[in-house]
Amino acid sequence: MRRWAIHLAAGLALLWAHPAQTEEVVLGLSADKVSITTSFEGSEILIFGAVKRETPIPEGPPLEVIVTVAGPSAPLIVRRKEKRFGIWVNVDAVEVDRAPSFYAVVTSGPLRTVLRDIEDLRHKISVPRAIRSVGAPQSISDATLFTDALIRIRSRSDLYQLRESAVSVDEQTLFRTSVQLPAALTEGDYATRIFLTRGGQIVSQYQTTIDVQKVGLERWLFELSRGQPLIYGLMSLAIAIAAGWLASAAFRMLRT
Amino acid sequence: MQIYLPIAEVSVNAFLLLGLGGIVGVLSGMFGVGGGFLMTPLLFFIGIPPAVAVATEANQIVASSFSGVLAHFKRKTVDLRMGVVLLIGGLVGAALGVVVFNYLRAQGQVDLLVRLCYVVFLGVIGGLMFIESLNAIRKTRGGKPAPRKKHNWIHGLPFKMRFRVSGLYISVIPPLLVGVSVGILAAIMGVGGGFIMVPAMIYLLGMPTKVVVGTSLFQIIFVTAFTTLLHATTNYTVDIVLAVLLLVGGVIGAQIGTRIGVKMKAEQLRILLAMLVLAVCGKLALDLLLMPTELYAIGTAGGH
Repeated sequence: MRRWAIHLAAGLALLWAHPAQTEEVVLGLSADKVSITTSFEGSEILIFGAVKRETPIPEGPPLEVIVTVAGPSAPLIVRRKEKRFGIWVNVDAVEVDRAPSFYAVVTSGPLRTVLRDIEDLRHKISVPRAIRSVGAPQSISDATLFTDALIRIRSRSDLYQLRESAVSVDEQTLFRTSVQLPAALTEGDYATRIFLTRGGQIVSQYQTTIDVQKVGLERWLFELSRGQPLIYGLMSLAIAIAAGWLASAAFRMLRT
Repeated sequence: MQIYLPIAEVSVNAFLLLGLGGIVGVLSGMFGVGGGFLMTPLLFFIGIPPAVAVATEANQIVASSFSGVLAHFKRKTVDLRMGVVLLIGGLVGAALGVVVFNYLRAQGQVDLLVRLCYVVFLGVIGGLMFIESLNAIRKTRGGKPAPRKKHNWIHGLPFKMRFRVSGLYISVIPPLLVGVSVGILAAIMGVGGGFIMVPAMIYLLGMPTKVVVGTSLFQIIFVTAFTTLLHATTNYTVDIVLAVLLLVGGVIGAQIGTRIGVKMKAEQLRILLAMLVLAVCGKLALDLLLMPTELYAIGTAGGH
């Protein structure tokens, strides 16, 4: 009897401790691999899924979905120009420790209502949070302006995207959305995260990767330029000289 | 038609690249300049990363110069002997230039220095050429042919050599020095250097304009080939797909340009080149003087 009570208590505790387990994501992607070919013009990836649950839909605030796709991260430097001696020159610079080469956030509602700030801080979901910048020099008091600029510049070329209310959720169970990958894409593993939230609280999360890779001629040239740079350089020169000679020969034939 | 560039990692319109290559190719053939001083900024503008633009441009200049020099060889307007002397200087200069470039990069602000170099050199050369050509045109209109300066301090130097094609008997020191300084500037500014060498050959060495173009193209081929290999092996920034697209447009343009150049008078050719150089200089100067629309720029950490 006593033993049974302990089991029940443990079970209940487990249930309370992991409320997230009651709702799980079952995911589908239109493609888990993006091949960059010579005629690559960007790619649209459809992300769709369902919420699996063993219990009825909980009462309270409705289920919301947040999808993020992040390209490989790299450190970078943001520089700011100032007028010195009449000309505009780079003066201040802030190093950003990690910034994804691509980052998209797609939500089923306004970001601030579907996600609490504290959860955003913990899981680094919104665009500014996905960028990590710590080491701004003492002399720069307005370091946030530099990360703002980074986001502004990358947003302009669709490398950073925030699309609110772009995930459609049916019956709190089925959801679908799409992420547009621009043409200027870097190779690598694109981490894709799906968060289910209720009242701004994350109740479940799911993670997968989209593999973005150069293929065919692109792959071959890239490998050659890194692995055999001298041969690659000589080949480039040979092609250049051959093209120059061909064009000149072709023109001579046209003339006569 | 969009095309993805494997090294630059951007997607651009193929016809835009062909067109750019063609226009710059025409100018290159007309004036005997590689066209790098025009093409490199244009490539920045369409979103090619600067490091890739500079390296690939060197490769493309090889192609357009080769095509151009063949046309000049046919007309026997290449002074091979002078070309080789300039080339020796050029290779030494290019190697020195790379050292200077890396030193400046370690100090930061290399971008600004490159731009200032452009503004100062393009401004001075463009201005001088413009004034000189205007005077020459005015004199020929007045009935008197423009006199060629036959003797100046250059003729007093030792190690004299006969350059038959140019009709010169001068010391090898000035052409060597011209080669070295052009090589240094070429490596720093990421161009072939024709726009500096052509006026230097005309005004400093006193070479006939007809020979200058072919000879400068001859020298540029080797210096830019050297630069291409240097970039390919150290920075991995030569994008062959980009280069092929530019050079297909470029070599065709260069052929057309060479033919236009033959039909035009030397003074007209020079005044047009001067105007072009001044226009590029003005644009770059404005960029430095006017407040940019975006004050911030993203750079990769640890270099560039």
